[in-house]
Amino acid sequence: MDRLALLGRAGLDKLAAFGRSSMILFQSLIAKPQPVMMFPLLIQQIYFVGVLSLVIIVVSGLFIGMVLGLQGYTILVDYGSEQAVGQMVALSLVRELAPVVTALLFAGRAGSALTAEIGLMKATEQLSSLEMIGVDPLRRIIAPRFWAGFICLPILAAIFAIVGIYGGAIVSIDWLGIYDGSFWANMQNSVDFGEDVVNGLIKAIVFGFVVTWIAVFQGYDCIPTSEGISQATTKTVVYSSLAVLSLDFILTAVMFGEL
Amino acid sequence: MNLFDDVIIDIQKLSFSRGERPIYSDVDIKIPRGKITAIMGPSGTGKTTLLRLIGGQLRPESGSILIDDQNVPELSRGDLFKIRERMGMLFQSGALFTDMSVFENVAFPLRVHTDLPEDMIRDIVLMKLQAVGLRGANTLMPSELSGGMARRVALARAISLDPDIVMYDEPFTGQDPIAMGVLVNLIRHLNQSLGHTSIIVSHDIQETLGIADYIYLIADASVIAHGTPEELKQVDSPQVRQFMHGLPDGPVPFHFPAGDYSDDLLQGGL
Ligand SMILES: Nc1ncnc2c1ncn2[C@@H]1O[C@H](COP(=O)(O)OP(=O)(O)OP(=O)(O)O)[C@@H](O)[C@H]1O
Ligand SMILES: [Mg+2]
Repeated sequence: MDRLALLGRAGLDKLAAFGRSSMILFQSLIAKPQPVMMFPLLIQQIYFVGVLSLVIIVVSGLFIGMVLGLQGYTILVDYGSEQAVGQMVALSLVRELAPVVTALLFAGRAGSALTAEIGLMKATEQLSSLEMIGVDPLRRIIAPRFWAGFICLPILAAIFAIVGIYGGAIVSIDWLGIYDGSFWANMQNSVDFGEDVVNGLIKAIVFGFVVTWIAVFQGYDCIPTSEGISQATTKTVVYSSLAVLSLDFILTAVMFGEL
Repeated sequence: MNLFDDVIIDIQKLSFSRGERPIYSDVDIKIPRGKITAIMGPSGTGKTTLLRLIGGQLRPESGSILIDDQNVPELSRGDLFKIRERMGMLFQSGALFTDMSVFENVAFPLRVHTDLPEDMIRDIVLMKLQAVGLRGANTLMPSELSGGMARRVALARAISLDPDIVMYDEPFTGQDPIAMGVLVNLIRHLNQSLGHTSIIVSHDIQETLGIADYIYLIADASVIAHGTPEELKQVDSPQVRQFMHGLPDGPVPFHFPAGDYSDDLLQGGL
Protein backbone atom coordinates (compact mmCIF):
# COMPACT_ATOMS: atom_id res chain seq x y z
CA MET A 1 0.00 0.00 0.00
CA ASP A 2 2.81 2.34 0.96
CA ARG A 3 4.63 1.58 -2.26
CA LEU A 4 1.53 2.34 -4.22
CA ALA A 5 1.21 5.65 -2.43
CA LEU A 6 4.85 6.43 -3.13
CA LEU A 7 4.40 5.61 -6.77
CA GLY A 8 1.37 7.88 -6.91
CA ARG A 9 3.34 10.61 -5.14
CA ALA A 10 6.19 10.32 -7.64
CA GLY A 11 3.73 10.39 -10.52
CA LEU A 12 2.04 13.49 -9.14
CA ASP A 13 5.40 15.17 -8.60
CA LYS A 14 6.34 14.53 -12.22
CA LEU A 15 3.01 15.86 -13.37
CA ALA A 16 3.42 18.98 -11.23
CA ALA A 17 6.92 19.51 -12.64
CA PHE A 18 5.56 19.21 -16.14
CA GLY A 19 2.92 21.79 -15.29
CA ARG A 20 5.51 24.18 -13.88
CA SER A 21 7.76 23.74 -16.88
CA SER A 22 4.89 24.50 -19.24
CA MET A 23 4.08 27.64 -17.26
CA ILE A 24 7.68 28.76 -17.53
CA LEU A 25 7.69 28.05 -21.23
CA PHE A 26 4.50 30.01 -21.72
CA GLN A 27 5.48 32.98 -19.62
CA SER A 28 8.95 33.33 -21.04
CA LEU A 29 8.11 32.85 -24.69
CA ILE A 30 4.55 33.53 -25.51
CA ALA A 31 3.34 36.14 -23.06
CA LYS A 32 4.37 39.58 -24.37
CA PRO A 33 7.66 39.09 -26.18
CA GLN A 34 9.97 42.12 -26.12
CA PRO A 35 12.10 41.80 -29.24
CA VAL A 36 14.05 45.03 -28.75
CA MET A 37 15.29 44.18 -25.30
CA MET A 38 15.80 40.57 -26.32
CA PHE A 39 17.98 41.05 -29.37
CA PRO A 40 21.38 41.86 -27.83
CA LEU A 41 20.84 39.25 -25.13
CA LEU A 42 19.91 36.72 -27.78
CA ILE A 43 23.07 37.40 -29.78
CA GLN A 44 25.15 36.97 -26.66
CA GLN A 45 23.49 33.65 -25.87
CA ILE A 46 23.81 32.41 -29.44
CA TYR A 47 27.51 33.00 -28.98
CA PHE A 48 27.67 31.08 -25.70
CA VAL A 49 25.35 28.27 -26.70
CA GLY A 50 26.07 27.94 -30.40
CA VAL A 51 29.43 29.35 -31.41
CA LEU A 52 31.24 27.84 -28.46
CA SER A 53 29.75 24.42 -29.32
CA LEU A 54 31.15 24.58 -32.84
CA VAL A 55 34.45 22.86 -32.12
CA ILE A 56 32.96 19.76 -30.55
CA ILE A 57 30.35 19.54 -33.32
CA VAL A 58 32.86 19.88 -36.15
CA VAL A 59 35.33 17.41 -34.69
CA SER A 60 32.66 14.83 -33.88
CA GLY A 61 31.02 15.26 -37.27
CA LEU A 62 34.31 14.73 -39.04
CA PHE A 63 35.13 11.54 -37.17
CA ILE A 64 31.66 10.09 -37.47
CA GLY A 65 31.66 10.76 -41.21
CA MET A 66 35.03 9.08 -41.55
CA VAL A 67 33.92 6.04 -39.56
CA LEU A 68 30.79 5.79 -41.69
CA GLY A 69 32.91 5.87 -44.83
CA LEU A 70 35.15 3.09 -43.57
CA GLN A 71 32.35 0.88 -42.28
CA GLY A 72 30.20 1.44 -45.33
CA TYR A 73 33.06 0.55 -47.63
CA THR A 74 33.94 -2.70 -45.84
CA ILE A 75 30.34 -3.88 -46.03
CA LEU A 76 29.53 -2.66 -49.52
CA VAL A 77 32.73 -3.89 -51.10
CA ASP A 78 31.61 -7.50 -50.51
CA TYR A 79 28.67 -6.88 -52.81
CA GLY A 80 30.75 -4.95 -55.28
CA SER A 81 28.65 -1.87 -54.70
CA GLU A 82 31.22 0.29 -52.93
CA GLN A 83 30.24 3.15 -55.25
CA ALA A 84 27.14 3.53 -53.06
CA VAL A 85 29.16 4.52 -50.01
CA GLY A 86 28.48 8.20 -50.64
CA GLN A 87 24.78 7.57 -50.59
CA MET A 88 25.06 5.57 -47.37
CA VAL A 89 27.13 8.17 -45.58
CA ALA A 90 24.87 11.02 -46.60
CA LEU A 91 21.60 9.27 -45.83
CA SER A 92 22.63 8.05 -42.40
CA LEU A 93 23.99 11.47 -41.50
CA VAL A 94 21.15 13.58 -42.78
CA ARG A 95 18.32 11.37 -41.59
CA GLU A 96 19.64 10.16 -38.25
CA LEU A 97 23.10 10.85 -37.00
CA ALA A 98 23.36 14.58 -37.52
CA PRO A 99 20.25 15.53 -35.55
CA VAL A 100 20.59 12.83 -32.91
CA VAL A 101 24.30 13.05 -32.19
CA THR A 102 24.26 16.84 -32.35
CA ALA A 103 21.40 16.92 -29.86
CA LEU A 104 23.20 14.55 -27.50
CA LEU A 105 26.44 16.52 -27.71
CA PHE A 106 24.50 19.75 -27.34
CA ALA A 107 22.81 18.48 -24.18
CA GLY A 108 26.19 17.64 -22.70
CA ARG A 109 28.02 20.74 -23.85
CA ALA A 110 25.45 23.55 -23.79
CA GLY A 111 22.43 22.14 -21.93
CA SER A 112 24.36 21.29 -18.79
CA ALA A 113 26.04 24.70 -18.86
CA LEU A 114 22.66 26.43 -19.14
CA THR A 115 21.27 24.48 -16.21
CA ALA A 116 24.28 25.14 -14.01
CA GLU A 117 24.34 28.83 -14.88
CA ILE A 118 20.66 29.41 -14.19
CA GLY A 119 20.80 27.24 -11.06
CA LEU A 120 23.70 29.25 -9.67
CA MET A 121 21.87 32.48 -10.41
CA LYS A 122 19.00 31.14 -8.40
CA ALA A 123 21.22 29.98 -5.53
CA THR A 124 22.94 33.35 -5.29
CA GLU A 125 19.56 35.15 -5.33
CA GLN A 126 20.35 36.88 -8.61
CA LEU A 127 16.99 35.78 -9.99
CA SER A 128 15.22 37.07 -6.89
CA SER A 129 16.98 40.38 -7.11
CA LEU A 130 16.03 40.71 -10.77
CA GLU A 131 12.44 40.19 -9.72
CA MET A 132 12.70 42.84 -7.05
CA ILE A 133 14.24 45.28 -9.52
CA GLY A 134 11.08 44.76 -11.49
CA VAL A 135 12.56 42.66 -14.31
CA ASP A 136 10.98 39.32 -15.07
CA PRO A 137 13.78 36.73 -15.02
CA LEU A 138 11.75 34.51 -17.32
CA ARG A 139 12.00 37.13 -20.04
CA ARG A 140 15.42 38.43 -19.26
CA ILE A 141 17.29 35.21 -18.44
CA ILE A 142 15.23 32.26 -19.63
CA ALA A 143 13.78 33.48 -22.92
CA PRO A 144 17.03 34.47 -24.68
CA ARG A 145 18.69 31.24 -23.61
CA PHE A 146 15.76 29.23 -24.82
CA TRP A 147 15.63 30.90 -28.22
CA ALA A 148 19.38 30.63 -28.61
CA GLY A 149 19.28 26.86 -28.10
CA PHE A 150 16.27 26.52 -30.33
CA ILE A 151 17.95 28.44 -33.15
CA CYS A 152 21.43 26.97 -32.76
CA LEU A 153 20.69 23.27 -32.68
CA PRO A 154 19.35 22.94 -36.25
CA ILE A 155 22.28 25.00 -37.55
CA LEU A 156 24.75 22.89 -35.62
CA ALA A 157 23.08 19.73 -36.94
CA ALA A 158 23.42 21.02 -40.50
CA ILE A 159 27.09 21.78 -39.93
CA PHE A 160 27.52 18.34 -38.42
CA ALA A 161 26.01 16.71 -41.51
CA ILE A 162 28.12 18.74 -43.96
CA VAL A 163 31.38 18.11 -42.11
CA GLY A 164 30.44 14.43 -41.74
CA ILE A 165 29.89 14.05 -45.47
CA TYR A 166 33.27 15.64 -46.03
CA GLY A 167 34.83 13.18 -43.63
CA GLY A 168 33.18 10.32 -45.49
CA ALA A 169 34.45 11.71 -48.77
CA ILE A 170 38.02 12.03 -47.51
CA VAL A 171 38.06 8.41 -46.41
CA SER A 172 36.27 6.96 -49.43
CA ILE A 173 37.81 9.02 -52.20
CA ASP A 174 41.28 9.87 -50.95
CA TRP A 175 42.09 6.75 -48.95
CA LEU A 176 39.97 3.95 -50.36
CA GLY A 177 40.15 5.18 -53.91
CA ILE A 178 36.49 5.32 -54.85
CA TYR A 179 35.92 7.30 -58.01
CA ASP A 180 34.79 10.73 -56.83
CA GLY A 181 32.30 11.22 -59.67
CA SER A 182 30.27 8.21 -58.66
CA PHE A 183 30.59 9.02 -54.96
CA TRP A 184 28.94 12.42 -55.38
CA ALA A 185 26.55 11.41 -58.14
CA ASN A 186 25.20 8.49 -56.14
CA MET A 187 24.72 10.79 -53.21
CA GLN A 188 22.90 13.39 -55.26
CA ASN A 189 20.58 10.85 -56.82
CA SER A 190 19.56 9.24 -53.59
CA VAL A 191 19.26 12.09 -51.12
CA ASP A 192 15.89 13.69 -51.57
CA PHE A 193 15.54 17.24 -50.34
CA GLY A 194 11.93 17.13 -49.22
CA GLU A 195 12.14 13.62 -47.86
CA ASP A 196 15.54 13.52 -46.20
CA VAL A 197 16.91 17.00 -45.61
CA VAL A 198 13.63 18.50 -44.44
CA ASN A 199 12.86 15.56 -42.18
CA GLY A 200 16.33 15.72 -40.67
CA LEU A 201 15.85 19.43 -40.04
CA ILE A 202 12.47 18.87 -38.44
CA LYS A 203 14.09 16.39 -36.11
CA ALA A 204 16.81 18.88 -35.21
CA ILE A 205 14.23 21.59 -34.54
CA VAL A 206 12.20 19.31 -32.28
CA PHE A 207 15.33 18.21 -30.41
CA GLY A 208 16.49 21.79 -30.05
CA PHE A 209 13.17 22.72 -28.50
CA VAL A 210 13.10 19.77 -26.11
CA VAL A 211 16.73 19.85 -25.00
CA THR A 212 16.76 23.58 -24.29
CA TRP A 213 13.41 23.42 -22.57
CA ILE A 214 14.67 20.69 -20.27
CA ALA A 215 17.92 22.57 -19.61
CA VAL A 216 16.39 25.93 -18.70
CA PHE A 217 13.60 24.35 -16.68
CA GLN A 218 15.98 22.18 -14.65
CA GLY A 219 18.06 25.26 -13.87
CA TYR A 220 15.09 27.44 -12.97
CA ASP A 221 13.40 24.77 -10.88
CA CYS A 222 16.47 23.40 -9.10
CA ILE A 223 16.95 23.31 -5.35
CA PRO A 224 19.24 26.30 -4.84
CA THR A 225 22.16 24.50 -3.23
CA SER A 226 25.33 22.88 -4.56
CA GLU A 227 23.78 19.40 -4.48
CA GLY A 228 20.60 20.73 -6.03
CA ILE A 229 22.52 22.24 -8.92
CA SER A 230 24.59 19.14 -9.50
CA GLN A 231 21.44 17.01 -9.52
CA ALA A 232 19.76 19.37 -11.91
CA THR A 233 22.73 19.31 -14.27
CA THR A 234 22.74 15.53 -14.27
CA LYS A 235 19.00 15.46 -14.86
CA THR A 236 19.40 17.78 -17.84
CA VAL A 237 21.82 15.42 -19.55
CA VAL A 238 19.91 12.24 -18.67
CA TYR A 239 16.43 13.53 -19.48
CA SER A 240 17.56 15.22 -22.69
CA SER A 241 19.31 12.10 -23.92
CA LEU A 242 16.31 9.91 -23.17
CA ALA A 243 13.95 12.42 -24.71
CA VAL A 244 16.07 12.76 -27.85
CA LEU A 245 16.42 9.02 -28.40
CA SER A 246 12.77 8.22 -27.78
CA LEU A 247 11.52 11.15 -29.83
CA ASP A 248 13.86 10.12 -32.60
CA PHE A 249 12.19 6.73 -32.75
CA ILE A 250 8.73 8.26 -32.81
CA LEU A 251 9.64 10.83 -35.45
CA THR A 252 11.37 8.24 -37.61
CA ALA A 253 8.34 5.97 -37.38
CA VAL A 254 6.07 8.81 -38.44
CA MET A 255 8.34 10.11 -41.21
CA PHE A 256 9.76 6.99 -42.76
CA GLY A 257 7.74 4.11 -41.37
CA GLU A 258 4.66 2.79 -43.15
CA LEU A 259 2.43 3.47 -40.17
CA MET B 1 1.62 64.49 14.66
CA ASN B 2 0.88 60.81 14.67
CA LEU B 3 3.26 58.51 12.78
CA PHE B 4 0.39 56.48 11.43
CA ASP B 5 -1.57 59.29 9.82
CA ASP B 6 0.02 58.33 6.54
CA VAL B 7 0.60 54.61 6.09
CA ILE B 8 2.31 53.33 2.94
CA ILE B 9 2.24 49.60 3.67
CA ASP B 10 -0.62 48.15 5.62
CA ILE B 11 -0.39 44.47 6.47
CA GLN B 12 -3.53 42.96 7.89
CA LYS B 13 -4.15 39.53 9.38
CA LEU B 14 -1.17 38.06 7.59
CA SER B 15 -0.63 34.31 7.91
CA PHE B 16 2.17 32.35 6.30
CA SER B 17 3.74 29.03 7.09
CA ARG B 18 6.62 26.90 5.87
CA GLY B 19 5.36 23.33 5.82
CA GLU B 20 3.72 22.72 9.18
CA ARG B 21 5.52 25.55 10.93
CA PRO B 22 3.70 28.87 11.12
CA ILE B 23 6.02 31.80 10.37
CA TYR B 24 3.27 34.39 10.77
CA SER B 25 -0.20 33.97 12.18
CA ASP B 26 -2.65 36.84 11.99
CA VAL B 27 -0.06 39.57 12.09
CA ASP B 28 -0.84 43.25 11.61
CA ILE B 29 1.97 45.62 10.68
CA LYS B 30 1.74 49.20 9.47
CA ILE B 31 4.66 50.98 7.86
CA PRO B 32 4.43 54.80 8.04
CA ARG B 33 5.31 56.72 4.88
CA GLY B 34 8.65 58.50 4.74
CA LYS B 35 9.86 57.01 8.00
CA ILE B 36 12.39 54.39 8.98
CA THR B 37 10.75 51.30 10.35
CA ALA B 38 12.84 48.54 11.84
CA ILE B 39 11.90 44.88 11.98
CA MET B 40 13.78 43.04 14.67
CA GLY B 41 13.64 39.60 16.12
CA PRO B 42 15.63 36.46 16.69
CA SER B 43 17.30 34.75 13.75
CA GLY B 44 14.96 32.49 11.83
CA THR B 45 11.72 34.16 12.90
CA GLY B 46 10.84 35.29 9.41
CA LYS B 47 12.14 38.79 8.91
CA THR B 48 13.50 38.07 5.45
CA THR B 49 10.29 36.21 4.76
CA LEU B 50 8.33 39.35 5.61
CA LEU B 51 10.31 41.41 3.11
CA ARG B 52 9.68 38.77 0.45
CA LEU B 53 5.98 38.81 1.25
CA ILE B 54 5.91 42.58 0.83
CA GLY B 55 7.79 42.26 -2.45
CA GLY B 56 5.31 39.67 -3.67
CA GLN B 57 7.91 36.91 -4.03
CA LEU B 58 6.00 34.79 -1.55
CA ARG B 59 2.26 34.53 -1.26
CA PRO B 60 0.61 34.56 2.18
CA GLU B 61 -1.94 31.91 3.07
CA SER B 62 -4.33 34.61 4.16
CA GLY B 63 -4.41 38.28 4.94
CA SER B 64 -3.64 41.32 2.86
CA ILE B 65 -0.57 43.42 2.17
CA LEU B 66 -1.73 46.81 0.97
CA ILE B 67 0.77 49.14 -0.64
CA ASP B 68 -1.12 52.37 -1.27
CA ASP B 69 -4.34 50.38 -1.52
CA GLN B 70 -2.97 47.81 -3.95
CA ASN B 71 -3.13 44.35 -2.43
CA VAL B 72 0.19 42.70 -3.32
CA PRO B 73 -0.92 39.04 -3.15
CA GLU B 74 -3.75 39.74 -5.57
CA LEU B 75 -1.78 41.65 -8.18
CA SER B 76 -1.35 40.18 -11.64
CA ARG B 77 2.16 39.26 -12.71
CA GLY B 78 2.47 42.42 -14.77
CA ASP B 79 1.22 44.73 -12.00
CA LEU B 80 3.54 43.03 -9.56
CA PHE B 81 6.55 43.86 -11.70
CA LYS B 82 5.26 47.40 -12.05
CA ILE B 83 4.91 47.93 -8.32
CA ARG B 84 8.38 46.50 -7.72
CA GLU B 85 9.83 49.38 -9.71
CA ARG B 86 8.82 51.48 -6.72
CA MET B 87 10.77 49.26 -4.35
CA GLY B 88 14.44 48.72 -3.77
CA MET B 89 15.65 45.72 -1.88
CA LEU B 90 19.01 45.00 -0.39
CA PHE B 91 19.31 41.24 -0.15
CA GLN B 92 20.92 39.61 2.83
CA SER B 93 23.45 38.01 0.49
CA GLY B 94 23.95 41.08 -1.72
CA ALA B 95 22.93 39.14 -4.83
CA LEU B 96 25.00 41.16 -7.29
CA PHE B 97 24.90 40.06 -10.93
CA THR B 98 28.15 38.20 -11.28
CA ASP B 99 28.46 38.75 -15.02
CA MET B 100 28.47 42.55 -14.70
CA SER B 101 30.96 44.98 -13.20
CA VAL B 102 30.15 47.04 -10.11
CA PHE B 103 29.27 49.98 -12.35
CA GLU B 104 26.93 47.93 -14.55
CA ASN B 105 25.26 46.41 -11.51
CA VAL B 106 24.32 49.81 -10.17
CA ALA B 107 23.39 51.06 -13.64
CA PHE B 108 21.18 48.05 -14.35
CA PRO B 109 17.90 49.30 -12.83
CA LEU B 110 18.40 52.65 -14.60
CA ARG B 111 19.00 51.00 -17.94
CA VAL B 112 15.96 48.76 -17.78
CA HIS B 113 13.48 51.24 -16.34
CA THR B 114 14.53 54.63 -17.71
CA ASP B 115 15.57 56.14 -21.04
CA LEU B 116 18.25 58.35 -19.52
CA PRO B 117 21.22 59.21 -21.73
CA GLU B 118 24.46 57.43 -21.02
CA ASP B 119 26.30 60.33 -19.38
CA MET B 120 23.43 60.92 -17.00
CA ILE B 121 23.40 57.23 -16.03
CA ARG B 122 27.12 57.48 -15.46
CA ASP B 123 26.72 60.47 -13.15
CA ILE B 124 23.96 58.85 -11.14
CA VAL B 125 25.87 55.60 -10.76
CA LEU B 126 29.04 57.35 -9.64
CA MET B 127 27.05 59.42 -7.16
CA LYS B 128 25.45 56.33 -5.66
CA LEU B 129 28.79 54.57 -5.47
CA GLN B 130 30.37 57.64 -3.89
CA ALA B 131 27.64 57.58 -1.26
CA VAL B 132 28.63 54.07 -0.21
CA GLY B 133 32.33 54.87 -0.50
CA LEU B 134 33.05 52.66 -3.49
CA ARG B 135 33.32 55.01 -6.46
CA GLY B 136 36.91 53.84 -6.92
CA ALA B 137 35.74 50.23 -7.21
CA ASN B 138 33.41 50.81 -10.13
CA THR B 139 35.40 48.76 -12.63
CA LEU B 140 35.78 45.72 -10.39
CA MET B 141 33.79 42.54 -10.90
CA PRO B 142 31.66 41.26 -8.00
CA SER B 143 34.04 38.32 -7.51
CA GLU B 144 36.79 40.83 -6.68
CA LEU B 145 34.87 42.42 -3.80
CA SER B 146 34.90 41.55 -0.13
CA GLY B 147 31.61 40.59 1.50
CA GLY B 148 31.11 43.97 3.11
CA MET B 149 31.94 45.81 -0.13
CA ALA B 150 29.53 43.63 -2.12
CA ARG B 151 26.73 44.52 0.25
CA ARG B 152 27.46 48.22 -0.11
CA VAL B 153 27.39 47.91 -3.89
CA ALA B 154 24.10 46.06 -3.55
CA LEU B 155 22.85 48.94 -1.45
CA ALA B 156 23.87 51.42 -4.13
CA ARG B 157 21.98 49.31 -6.68
CA ALA B 158 18.91 49.12 -4.45
CA ILE B 159 18.68 52.91 -4.31
CA SER B 160 19.78 53.75 -7.85
CA LEU B 161 16.22 54.36 -9.06
CA ASP B 162 15.37 56.39 -5.96
CA PRO B 163 12.52 54.05 -5.06
CA ASP B 164 9.67 55.04 -2.74
CA ILE B 165 10.25 52.06 -0.50
CA VAL B 166 13.67 50.67 0.30
CA MET B 167 13.97 47.39 2.16
CA TYR B 168 17.31 46.67 3.76
CA ASP B 169 17.92 43.11 4.89
CA GLU B 170 20.66 43.38 7.50
CA PRO B 171 22.57 46.26 5.94
CA PHE B 172 25.08 46.49 8.78
CA THR B 173 26.18 42.88 8.90
CA GLY B 174 29.84 42.45 8.02
CA GLN B 175 30.68 46.16 8.06
CA ASP B 176 33.50 47.67 10.06
CA PRO B 177 32.58 50.43 12.55
CA ILE B 178 33.45 53.20 10.08
CA ALA B 179 31.44 51.76 7.19
CA MET B 180 28.65 51.06 9.65
CA GLY B 181 28.56 54.70 10.71
CA VAL B 182 28.57 55.78 7.06
CA LEU B 183 25.70 53.44 6.22
CA VAL B 184 23.64 54.58 9.19
CA ASN B 185 24.08 58.17 8.06
CA LEU B 186 23.36 57.26 4.45
CA ILE B 187 20.11 55.55 5.32
CA ARG B 188 19.05 58.42 7.52
CA HIS B 189 20.03 60.93 4.86
CA LEU B 190 18.17 59.11 2.08
CA ASN B 191 15.18 58.99 4.29
CA GLN B 192 15.23 62.64 5.28
CA SER B 193 16.25 64.30 2.04
CA LEU B 194 14.48 62.11 -0.48
CA GLY B 195 11.57 60.97 1.63
CA HIS B 196 12.15 57.27 1.06
CA THR B 197 10.23 54.92 3.25
CA SER B 198 12.79 52.56 4.71
CA ILE B 199 12.30 49.16 6.23
CA ILE B 200 15.34 47.85 8.00
CA VAL B 201 15.85 44.32 9.19
CA SER B 202 18.69 44.29 11.63
CA HIS B 203 20.22 42.64 14.65
CA ASP B 204 22.37 45.60 15.55
CA ILE B 205 20.27 46.96 18.36
CA GLN B 206 22.18 50.15 19.07
CA GLU B 207 22.37 51.29 15.44
CA THR B 208 18.78 50.40 14.83
CA LEU B 209 17.51 52.17 17.93
CA GLY B 210 19.54 55.15 16.77
CA ILE B 211 17.89 55.60 13.38
CA ALA B 212 14.51 53.89 13.50
CA ASP B 213 11.35 55.92 13.92
CA TYR B 214 9.36 52.86 14.75
CA ILE B 215 10.24 49.29 15.64
CA TYR B 216 8.44 45.97 15.36
CA LEU B 217 9.76 43.10 17.40
CA ILE B 218 8.82 39.75 15.94
CA ALA B 219 9.02 36.37 17.65
CA ASP B 220 6.94 33.21 17.69
CA ALA B 221 4.99 34.04 14.54
CA SER B 222 3.63 37.30 15.90
CA VAL B 223 4.55 40.84 16.79
CA ILE B 224 5.55 40.73 20.45
CA ALA B 225 6.09 44.45 20.80
CA HIS B 226 6.06 47.59 18.74
CA GLY B 227 6.66 51.23 19.35
CA THR B 228 9.15 54.02 19.01
CA PRO B 229 12.64 53.30 20.32
CA GLU B 230 11.80 55.23 23.49
CA GLU B 231 8.66 53.23 24.05
CA LEU B 232 10.42 49.91 23.48
CA LYS B 233 13.09 50.74 26.01
CA GLN B 234 10.34 51.20 28.58
CA VAL B 235 8.51 47.96 27.84
CA ASP B 236 8.61 45.72 30.83
CA SER B 237 7.86 42.37 29.21
CA PRO B 238 10.69 39.90 29.89
CA GLN B 239 10.72 38.77 26.23
CA VAL B 240 11.32 42.28 24.97
CA ARG B 241 13.91 43.10 27.60
CA GLN B 242 15.76 39.91 26.85
CA PHE B 243 16.02 40.76 23.18
CA MET B 244 16.85 44.41 23.65
CA HIS B 245 19.66 43.56 26.04
CA GLY B 246 20.89 40.49 24.21
CA LEU B 247 20.53 38.07 27.11
CA PRO B 248 20.93 34.41 26.11
CA ASP B 249 18.48 33.07 28.69
CA GLY B 250 14.89 34.06 28.94
CA PRO B 251 11.54 33.51 27.35
CA VAL B 252 12.76 34.04 23.75
CA PRO B 253 14.12 30.71 22.58
CA PHE B 254 17.55 30.86 21.00
CA HIS B 255 17.07 27.39 19.53
CA PHE B 256 15.11 26.30 16.50
CA PRO B 257 12.15 24.24 17.77
CA ALA B 258 13.54 20.82 18.72
CA GLY B 259 12.90 17.81 20.91
CA ASP B 260 14.58 17.22 24.22
CA TYR B 261 18.34 17.73 23.94
CA SER B 262 19.45 14.83 26.15
CA ASP B 263 17.03 12.46 24.41
CA ASP B 264 18.51 13.47 21.09
CA LEU B 265 22.06 12.89 22.26
CA LEU B 266 21.22 9.55 23.85
CA GLN B 267 19.40 8.29 20.78
CA GLY B 268 22.66 7.92 18.90
CA GLY B 269 23.66 5.21 21.41
CA LEU B 270 26.98 5.06 23.16
N1 LIG C 1 12.93 28.15 1.17
C1 LIG C 1 12.56 27.77 2.40
N2 LIG C 1 11.97 26.59 2.59
C2 LIG C 1 11.57 26.20 3.82
N3 LIG C 1 11.72 26.92 4.93
C3 LIG C 1 12.31 28.11 4.81
C4 LIG C 1 12.76 28.61 3.55
N4 LIG C 1 13.30 29.82 3.73
C5 LIG C 1 13.19 30.08 5.03
N5 LIG C 1 12.59 29.06 5.70
C6 LIG C 1 12.29 29.00 7.13
O1 LIG C 1 11.56 30.16 7.44
C7 LIG C 1 12.01 30.71 8.67
C8 LIG C 1 12.19 32.19 8.51
O2 LIG C 1 13.26 32.45 7.62
P1 LIG C 1 13.80 33.90 7.39
O3 LIG C 1 14.88 33.79 6.35
O4 LIG C 1 12.67 34.80 7.11
O5 LIG C 1 14.45 34.23 8.81
P2 LIG C 1 15.09 35.59 9.29
O6 LIG C 1 14.21 36.12 10.35
O7 LIG C 1 15.39 36.47 8.14
O8 LIG C 1 16.43 35.07 9.94
P3 LIG C 1 17.90 35.72 9.91
O9 LIG C 1 17.89 36.81 10.89
O10 LIG C 1 18.77 34.59 10.36
O11 LIG C 1 18.17 36.15 8.52
C9 LIG C 1 13.33 30.01 9.02
O12 LIG C 1 13.15 29.40 10.26
C10 LIG C 1 13.55 29.00 7.94
O13 LIG C 1 13.74 27.73 8.53
MG1 LIG D 1 17.06 37.01 7.13
